[in-house]
Amino acid sequence: MSAVLGIVTIVLVTAGAVLFLAGTLGLLRFPDTLSRLHAISKADNLGLGLIVLGLLPQAASVTGGLKLICVWLLAQLSAATASQLLGRAVYRGRREP
Amino acid sequence: MADVLTAAALFILAATAVALFRVLRSGVVAERMMAVQLLGTGGAAALLLLGSASGSAAASDVALLLALFAAFSCVAFVIGAAEPEAEPDPPEERP
Repeated sequence: MSAVLGIVTIVLVTAGAVLFLAGTLGLLRFPDTLSRLHAISKADNLGLGLIVLGLLPQAASVTGGLKLICVWLLAQLSAATASQLLGRAVYRGRREP
Repeated sequence: MADVLTAAALFILAATAVALFRVLRSGVVAERMMAVQLLGTGGAAALLLLGSASGSAAASDVALLLALFAAFSCVAFVIGAAEPEAEPDPPEERP
C-alpha cells in the first residue's frame, strides 16, 4: 500500500514541478505584462495544488494534511486577488499614459 | 522518497530563481511585484516539499506565512500604486 502511495506522490509532485517550469517558461516567453501575469498564476494555483495533493499521503497526521490544504487554499485566494489587483493596476496605468 | 521530494524542491527553486531573474530585470514596476508573488508561491512549495522530506511539520506553517506575506505585499503595492492614478474620491465636504 505504501508503495502505491509513494508512486502517487512522485507522479503528482513531478507534475507540480513541471507546472512550475511551465509557469516560468511562460513568464520568459510572453510579450507583455498581463500575459506574464497569466503565466505565473498558472504556476501558483495548479503547481502548488498538485504538489500539495502529492504530499498529502506523506503527511504525518490528519492535521498536517489539513494544514497543507490550508496553505494551498490561502495561496489560491491570495494569488487570485493579488493577480486581479495587479492586472487592474497595470491596465489602469496603461489607459492614462 | 525523501530524495525525490528534495530534488523536486530544488528544481522548483531553480525555476523560481530563473523567473525571478527575468522579472526583476524588467522596468515595469508591476512585474517587480509579480516577482514577490512568484517567490511567495515557489518558496511555499519548496518549503512544503523540504518539510515533508525532512519530516518536520513546522515547515508548512512557514509556508503558510510566506504565502500570506506575498499576498499582503501585493495588495500594499496595488493600494500604493493605484492611489495617484485612481479616480479622485468625490470630496464629501462640498455642501
